[in-house]
This record gives sequence, structure tokens and C-alpha cells, in this order.
Amino acid sequence: MEHRFDVVIVGSGLAGLRAAIELGHAASVAVLTKVFATRSHSGAAQGGIGAALGNEEEDSWEWHMFDTVKGSDYLGDQDAIEIMVRDAPRTLIELEHMGVPFNRTPEGKIAQRAFGGHTRNFGQAPVKRACYAADRTGRVILDTLWEQALQMGIRFFNEFQLIDLIVEDGRCGGAVACELATGAIHVFHAKAVLLATGGAGKIYKTTSNALASTGDGMAIAYRAGAPLEDMEFVQFHPTGLYKLGILISEAARGEGGILRNRSGERFMERYAPTIKDLAPRDMISRCILEEIRAGRGIDGKDYVHLDLIHLGEDVIGKKLVEIIGFARTYAGVDARREPIPVQPTCHYMMGGIASDADGQVLLDDRKTVFPGLYAAGECACVSVHGANRLGCNSLLDILVFGRRAGKEIRRYVQSVALPAGRAGLQEKYEALVQDMLAKQGDVTYAQIQGEMHAVMMDKVSVFRTETGLQAALSTVRDLKERYRRIHVRDKGRRFNRELLDVLELGYMLDLAEVITLGALFRRESRGAHSREDHPRRDDARFLVHSLVRLGADGVPRMSTKPVTITRFQPQERKY
Amino acid sequence: MECTFIIARFDPDRDPRRYRRRYTVSAEPTDKILDCLNRIRAEQDPGLAFRASCAHGICGSDAMVINGRVELACQKLVRDFKTANNFVIEPLPLFTVLKDLIVDLEPFFEKYRQIRPYLIAGQEPPEFERLQDPEKQKVIDPALRCILCASCTASCPISRVNPGYLGPAALLRAFRYVFDSRDEAADSRLGELDTEDGAWGCKTMWWCSDVCPKEIPVTKCIGQIKRALNAGRTAR
Repeated sequence: MEHRFDVVIVGSGLAGLRAAIELGHAASVAVLTKVFATRSHSGAAQGGIGAALGNEEEDSWEWHMFDTVKGSDYLGDQDAIEIMVRDAPRTLIELEHMGVPFNRTPEGKIAQRAFGGHTRNFGQAPVKRACYAADRTGRVILDTLWEQALQMGIRFFNEFQLIDLIVEDGRCGGAVACELATGAIHVFHAKAVLLATGGAGKIYKTTSNALASTGDGMAIAYRAGAPLEDMEFVQFHPTGLYKLGILISEAARGEGGILRNRSGERFMERYAPTIKDLAPRDMISRCILEEIRAGRGIDGKDYVHLDLIHLGEDVIGKKLVEIIGFARTYAGVDARREPIPVQPTCHYMMGGIASDADGQVLLDDRKTVFPGLYAAGECACVSVHGANRLGCNSLLDILVFGRRAGKEIRRYVQSVALPAGRAGLQEKYEALVQDMLAKQGDVTYAQIQGEMHAVMMDKVSVFRTETGLQAALSTVRDLKERYRRIHVRDKGRRFNRELLDVLELGYMLDLAEVITLGALFRRESRGAHSREDHPRRDDARFLVHSLVRLGADGVPRMSTKPVTITRFQPQERKY
Repeated sequence: MECTFIIARFDPDRDPRRYRRRYTVSAEPTDKILDCLNRIRAEQDPGLAFRASCAHGICGSDAMVINGRVELACQKLVRDFKTANNFVIEPLPLFTVLKDLIVDLEPFFEKYRQIRPYLIAGQEPPEFERLQDPEKQKVIDPALRCILCASCTASCPISRVNPGYLGPAALLRAFRYVFDSRDEAADSRLGELDTEDGAWGCKTMWWCSDVCPKEIPVTKCIGQIKRALNAGRTAR
């Protein structure tokens, strides 16, 4: 089936929805989602959204900016960070006006809580900056934006899997998708495509991410010639539920929760004397693993305790309801009476499709744009998070830059005509699916996926070394070879989930290769990228963004681009 | 341990009949039912179709019938069942089955759209946030846990006999807006709910509250709508 829209938005999380709302009636918009809008992974965000509203205590956007720059280990682009934090209070007011049911202060203002790495007066002490709705902040914002989009009559294509971008003469003119219910190929001709496809945590075995977080948009943009930026920076959230990786929000520590090792010691006091358990995520994840390596995990095992017992029924009952439920359901732990077993879990991709603060995808270090192609949200790298994202800056990022992308796209589609649209695309992609189904291979997606999970977890997670990364690269490349021999056993077209698994695995293998290449290139330790053989940050050589672009010959090429520094010169990062 | 899964299958492209298939899976007591289904799909039967995404009870994708009761497959562990290691898995009732455990949710979302699920505040908003009494904010708190998994509506006996009935999920969202102190359309919303297809369709049978995976007191919330309707009548 063929469709024509001004704009195709791929992904129905907060970035995609916010852009769709901004486009509103000014353009015809189709939102494609591989799930249903309300099932997007933005809904799993728990703790809050950062903004220097100063509702609970004094705060300023300059402090927010400093914290974000320092949190990024000075790799974030400071012009983009300034745009984000200055726009944060307006973003929060706008959400409230749309109807988001935030918790309130006694005076009735939006309530705020402390969060990791967010401080007052340039690092002096924690500050309450995260605006929240209990521990389901992402969920209620997602519901509200979706309802706004429904009210505006925006067209959703639910359970449509992105297959490819339509690119002609270097310009993006639409997207191709597979309708899961029927297996039919749909060709969407459009003036502009916004990728808002989220993260790729499913590359790793232990992750807080949804099954749908397989990096489709990043990989498809990469295959279409767009560079991926800073992909070596993968955030491991310190408090995933033991063995399961389910997120236990940083809000638990924002409200006063404490991490303890096997002897009950509050070990973060040793590593981050000023802000202790509210240190940034990269640091706490490393500290937990150091404790475990030193034999101070609980019972000598590979986890530590998150202690909420002293918070009391009132805080837990009003502000941490969901995570108490997760601990009870999945770990059989009553967190009001016993500590929660936690370990780091893959949570967030700081890197992504290189793009500017207006969502335009950038082809090189000279800001050459990819006409018609836009990216926003976790799949994009603006870069505001640099080498490590602070908690509650992600919801902010995707709303601020989702809106800005919407604005820029609205301007762009008014200035260009709808591409004529090449004929024969339907047949081309139908043949591609037929080929995949007809192929007789000797390996299943599950076998390759299992090996990818193991090697990425073992060699390309929190701690990395040259030898480990070289071994990982060779394994991933071997898996890519074997991927060609994959056998799709389900031959049906209706909800063929195996076909989807195979496509997703292909995307993840491409990204696993890029992540590993970036990690090999960066012979230093910065933010979430920790090289045991290069334990220091090396600003002289590596205060640069990495870019990986797929050459016409199918070989990835590494290059760099400078970091934008405006207000804050790099310093040693201590907490 | 060895678990037996008997799963309802249906793929009209291959066979117009419904059938059941039996699988044996080895599982830990702490495995989620969803883990078992994923394992069956990966290792034994790639054609088995079901929805799932977040895998921890926040996205609402994997509601299905497990041993006769509507549950989220990602929120139930093998050890949670007294039936030890035997499981019967079926799709949600009420809705049309598209394939295996996947049902057509369009009628569910259609009901949802009917209740005007968005804040209606006529006046130009203030420069800053609208102030809201935290006690008033708390009134709608239970309804904010809803993840639109359709468990309640699928289980509701009235929804099964009256296709026009809004059903518990849509009524719960209506409750969320009627009792949001910022919303200015409570009266007209209540007017729309004052019918047998609206709040009065509810006969207080408690199935919705009983199955809700987020433990929302759905029936009580609908009861508050009914009380507001009665109070409005007395006032007139």
C-alpha cells in the first residue's frame, strides 16, 4: 500500500508525540509505531524530569547547566545543553497546562525531588530539581501527550515496523514499513521523516529496556549514510533489580535511599563524600562493581543492597509505589522492611544519530544536513548528555528537542514539494521479505542473539580493555557473517514475530559493532566509558565526539568532531 | 523444573479452526510466565504470537488469560501459581482474536476515545503552572496507575453482554478527568456518563478491581462517578 504525508514520524514515545503535536494541523502527519503509542518505552521512565523551577528550594538554569556539563564529563555540547536547560521551566509549565498530573508542593506548585548529580551552587550539595508524578512520571506524560495527539486527530499506524528509509539523490523522501497484523509492505512518501525510535538496550543481556528497544532507527539511519555519534557511551543504571535488570528508580535514592555492601556499609561515602548516593550513574555503577570485585557484594555475590527501610510508609506509599511493587512481584522483597537486591543494568544510549538542536541529521563535522531526515529523543545525539547522562535529563531532552524538531520540520515542509516517489518500491521490499522467508539457513535468531548478549555484557559493558574489545569486535563480526545464514522458521505473514526478531537482530548487530569500534578508538576513560588499560581522561587527545559512518564499500569509518565549549572549561570530575 | 503449557492457537491464514498445543518447558520458580512464552517461541514454536514489550508491568501489552484468570504475563511468576507447573494460556476474552494470543484492541480504544480523554480547561492558562491543592491532586491518584492493558474491560461481565457499554477502563479514565480539579468540563462529562452505556452500566460486580494488575480500585472509582451523578440529581 502507498501513502502520502507531509511528515512521517517513526516512534510514538515522548519525542515523536511532542513533535507530532507541534506539527499539529500545519502539516499532514503519520506516526508509525511498532507497538501502540501508550506502550512506548518513555512510559517506563519513573523518577522525574529536570527543570530549575525552584519550587522547593533555590535553583537556577546555570546550576542545571553546570551539573549537566560536569555529568557529561565535559563531552556534552554546551550550546545545546544551554538550550535544553533554559527551555526546561517552560517545558514543565507547558506539560502542566496540557494536564500532566504532577505531585504538588503544599502551596500547590509542581513538586520536585533530589536526583543524582543535580546540585546547588555548582556542586555544593544536592538540589531538588526533578519534577515528578510519584514514580510513574514518564507514564503520565506519555498518556497526556498521546491524548493531546488524539484530540488533534493525528493519524497513528500502530504495530508498523520500520524497514527502511526512502533516500533519493541524498534526500530522504519517506519510509517503508511492515504492517505486523498482515505482513503487508506499506510505502510512505513524505517530505520529511523524523526518527524518534528510542534506545537499543536490548543489545545487552541485562537491561531495563523494553523488548522493542532494539535501535531500529539508529541502525537504519546508519545504513542510509548518516553518522552515529559517541556510541561507545552506554549508560548502566546502578540500581537494576538483581538478575532481572528491572529499573529501580534513582528517585529511591533521591528520597533518601542508601546503597550498602555486605557489611552494611554505606560505601558511596568513600567514593563521593559530598553527594554520596546521589553521585551520577556512571560513577555509582563502577563503585558497585568495585565493591563486588573486592568481595563486598551481598554474601560475596554480584549484587548490593538498596535500603529504603528508614524512609517510612508515607514517602514510600506516596512517592515510590511502583518500585515497591516491582521489588515485591519480582524479587519477593517487601522494601518497607528489607533491602532491595540491585546490580547495574543497561539503561540508556548517550550516543545516537548525529543531529543538531533542531533535529536535523548531520552528515559530517561541518554541519552538512541530511535533507528531509530528522532525529529526536534517545536515538539522536545532539549532544546534551556527552559521556554520561544525568537522571531526569532524558525526559527533558526528548520533550525539548522533540518540540524543536517539530518546529523545524514545519518550516521545512512548507518550503519543499512532496517527492514524486519512485515506483516499484512496494515490489522491491515485498521481494526482500519473500527472500527472508524463503531462505534456508542453519542458525536461528535466538542463537546469534544469545552470543551477542553474552559478549557485549562481558566485554563491552561497564569496564573495558583493549584485548576484550578486540575479542568482542571479532565475535560481533563473526555473528554478522553468521547472520546471513539465519533461518526464519515461521513462514506466515500475520504477526510474524520471528521475522521481526531477525530484522531487529540485524539492527542490533550493526550497532554492537559501532559501539565496540567507538570503545576501541577511545583510549581513555570518560563518563560511562571506562577503559581499565587507560584509566584517565585524556582531554588532549579525546575531548572530541566520535563519528562512525558506513562507507559506500560497507566498511565503517571512524572520524571525530570537536566538542562545543562555551561557559565551563573541563575540570577534574569529583563529587 | 518441568512445566507444561497448554496454549490456545489460532491463525486464520493457515486453519480456520482454533486448537490447543501443549509444550514442555524447563523453568525456574522465579521465571515470569512471559519468560516461558519467549522460550517456547525461541526454542520450540517460532510461530506462537503474543504481544509484549516492557516486560515489567508498565506498558500493558501482555494481558492474557492464565489458568482461567486475566493476568499480565510479565507480572506473574511460575511460583505464583498453586497449580504448580501446569499452565493454560488463552487470549483475552471479549475481543476478536487476530492470531493466537493477540486480540483486536480497536474497540477498546474506540471506547476510550469516546470519553474525551484530555484536560478541558477553557480559560487561558496562567503564566506559570496552575496551582492545585495536593489533597485534590491525590483524589485521582489511583486512576493514574492505569496502563491501558484492557484486563478490566476484558473481564467485565457487562461488557460481554452490552457492546455499547463504555466498560471499566474508559470509565476509569473518565473518573480521572471528572475529578481532576483543573478540569472545567466535569458537568458535561457527567452528563455524558449518565446513561446505561455509561456509569450506570456498571452493576458493581468487582471483576475489574479483582483482575487489575495495578491494583486500582476500579469499581470504587466508577462508584464515585455514580455518587456524583446522584448528588447532581439531588441538587437539581
